Amino acid sequence: MSYVYLYALLGVSLFVLGLNALIVHAHLLRKILAVNVMSTGVFLVLVALSSRNEEVLPDPVPHAMVITGIVVSVSATALALILMLKVNRATGKNELPDRGRD
Amino acid sequence: MERSRWLLPLLLMLCLGLGYTVLSMPEPVEGLPEMLVDNMEVAGVSNPVTAVLLNFRGYDTLLEMGVLLVALLGVWSLGGIPDYRESSPGLVLDIMSRQLVPVLILVAGYLLWVGADAPGGAFQAGSLLGAAGVLLLLCGWRIGNRCSGLPLRFLLILGLGMFVVAGTGLLLIGGEFLQYPSPVARELILMIEAAATLSIGATLAAMFLGSLPGGADK
Repeated sequence: MSYVYLYALLGVSLFVLGLNALIVHAHLLRKILAVNVMSTGVFLVLVALSSRNEEVLPDPVPHAMVITGIVVSVSATALALILMLKVNRATGKNELPDRGRD
Repeated sequence: MERSRWLLPLLLMLCLGLGYTVLSMPEPVEGLPEMLVDNMEVAGVSNPVTAVLLNFRGYDTLLEMGVLLVALLGVWSLGGIPDYRESSPGLVLDIMSRQLVPVLILVAGYLLWVGADAPGGAFQAGSLLGAAGVLLLLCGWRIGNRCSGLPLRFLLILGLGMFVVAGTGLLLIGGEFLQYPSPVARELILMIEAAATLSIGATLAAMFLGSLPGGADK
């Protein structure tokens, strides 16, 4: 019973770690990876919480959501990577311009 | 820096808050899983996840196939990467891919078939097909010009198209949209899943290529 919550808490910490990396790093590839880590955390929380009641079967609805979510996040990552390459081509840098700092 | 001093405490507070929320979440309302178990005999498949994906929440899956297609359109409309440097694959990758790709296709077919009764299904099988496509692309294989036009696009829209055709057909013969009649539910789901598997695999591999296939050869 308790290890279900262990997985859920692991998912929460993955989410927060990814959020930290998303804020701290300026490099776009690191930002994309950070968003992926965050979504992995969300998936872990969903799957863990779906099986926390031992008397009934695990709820298949979150499982179905996670399965489709993984494929959709892969495709969103592909789109983000192409956008990153386009930014690199246009500005020569792998970062978004920061008007406040320049 | 002023900003980074506040970041860590804020993130720790968020982590604690989210953790507390997860731990203190009330026990699930019993209705949904039990309703599912009660309705499993009309679902046509005995794997509850597949039943949810393809039958009870078919709208979700239909729209997710649409999301995949829109993401691919986004990738294509950005024009790709012109100076994509192609390196010749090493000997190991070249030989490995010849052994692995048939196995991947076989396992994808198995996962698709077994998805009705056990863990598996269209999305897993489609990801494996996509992986096989990525492996082939890494080895320098490109889809021929003859197939990169209409046949490829047909393959890409096959999943969404099969969903829409099945739903509309049911609507026409007097049912509800995507509400399969119980006797043919299994066959309909298998048909939609097979189409979706091919589409997902082709879409993922096409996204990896990053640009319109065939455009570079012209």
